[in-house]
Amino acid sequence: MAINWFKYSSPSTFYRVAGKMVPWFAGSAAVLFVVGLYIGFFVAPTDIQQSEAYRIMFIHVPASILSMFIYLVMASYAALGLIFNTRLSSMMASALAPTGALLAFLSLWTGALWGKPMWGAWWVWDARLTSELILLFLYLGFIALHASIDDPRRADRASALLAIIGSVNVPIIYFSVQWWNTLHQGATVKFTGTSMHVTMQQGMYTMMLAVWLYAIAVSLLRVRCIILERECKAQWISELVEIRR
Amino acid sequence: MNKLSLIGLLSLVIRRDFVLAMRRRADVLTTLIFFVIVVSLFPLGVGPETDMLRKMAPGVVWVAALLASMLSLGRMFSADYLDGTLEQMMLVPQSLSVLVLAKILAHWMVSGLPLVIMAPVLGLQFDMSAQALWVLIAALFLGTPILSMIGAVGAALTLGLRGGGALVSLLVLPLCIPVLIFGAGAVEAVVSGTSVGSHLSLLGALLVMALVFTPWLTALALRISVE
Repeated sequence: MAINWFKYSSPSTFYRVAGKMVPWFAGSAAVLFVVGLYIGFFVAPTDIQQSEAYRIMFIHVPASILSMFIYLVMASYAALGLIFNTRLSSMMASALAPTGALLAFLSLWTGALWGKPMWGAWWVWDARLTSELILLFLYLGFIALHASIDDPRRADRASALLAIIGSVNVPIIYFSVQWWNTLHQGATVKFTGTSMHVTMQQGMYTMMLAVWLYAIAVSLLRVRCIILERECKAQWISELVEIRR
Repeated sequence: MNKLSLIGLLSLVIRRDFVLAMRRRADVLTTLIFFVIVVSLFPLGVGPETDMLRKMAPGVVWVAALLASMLSLGRMFSADYLDGTLEQMMLVPQSLSVLVLAKILAHWMVSGLPLVIMAPVLGLQFDMSAQALWVLIAALFLGTPILSMIGAVGAALTLGLRGGGALVSLLVLPLCIPVLIFGAGAVEAVVSGTSVGSHLSLLGALLVMALVFTPWLTALALRISVE
């Protein structure tokens, strides 16, 4: 049976579907957060080299990976919106941006907290840190451009173009930063290739899944708000139960 | 009326923009003076030790060039947008990308090229060696057109917006980081005695890539902004 995908790209249908999905994603994210943090802070053994400080990785690693992944998802939605002119795709792109920026910031922040006891410095001009910082700048540029254009259609299309250019540029920036760093000096800090303990892995994957579900839940919630804002004059909105009340 | 060839259009728009810029020489000079002032402020800020100045010269010149090129971006399309010329330009039967490329080249000639010519003089203030100065010129010659091209996309996206100047820097500066890295890296390579060729080749590769994609992207962005 073929599914008519365009049915779900209509804001009125998607608003209801998203409303039904949000509690499930939010609920399972909350459960997984509790489980993951419990494994991370109480079950996982203490690291020999890094002692207790390594435990920040249970938040740091999922936040970093998701912040990069969300940029790609955002750029894909933006491209969909630009190509097929579907309103919902652009709304999804602008709903994802704040979450991505937040996770990029969290990743930098937790990285600094980890760096102080480990490297003795809050910030090191390491290739990975620098490219994460630039990723945050790209998110902020996207949000700022979207916010400063009043006409929502123009805002969607202009920031979509920016997101696509950014996603093409991300690998170039990443490699140039890496070469810039290695040209100056060899990488001073590296994870040694020690294999992780099984419970550490379990904790990290649980946290990863939790952050992933959280990102989905929050973006769906945000896209519902955006739909309400943009379509406030539409007939179907005035017929909603929560609006009539 | 006979149709203009693409080369004809290119040279026509370049000549037009160049004449317009020359009528307002003050605008062109402001960018150049800004560049000189920013570079001259660094020794005042960090102290006059020659060793340190020589070491940071390439970075300082490149960052100043980056900032100066941001300064002039607002002028690229805004005057034509305000008096309606841009809309007429978008109606021409020839490709808008070629027209945009001409505008970018004209913009580089009045805002990028003066920086390239001025840079060695500033390099002397920082006690750079003759060899390093040549590499600096070569790198700026390859790099500043890229800044104009990436900047053109940003300028087209922010056309007619309030607070456009600060916004365009926010959008464009992160995208210019590779240019900065390879441009300043080339000069540092010659100072430390390693190969300059790799940096300049990468810069050239970026230039070719920008030459292919940015006029088209700018044309797309202009169509989004002017509807």
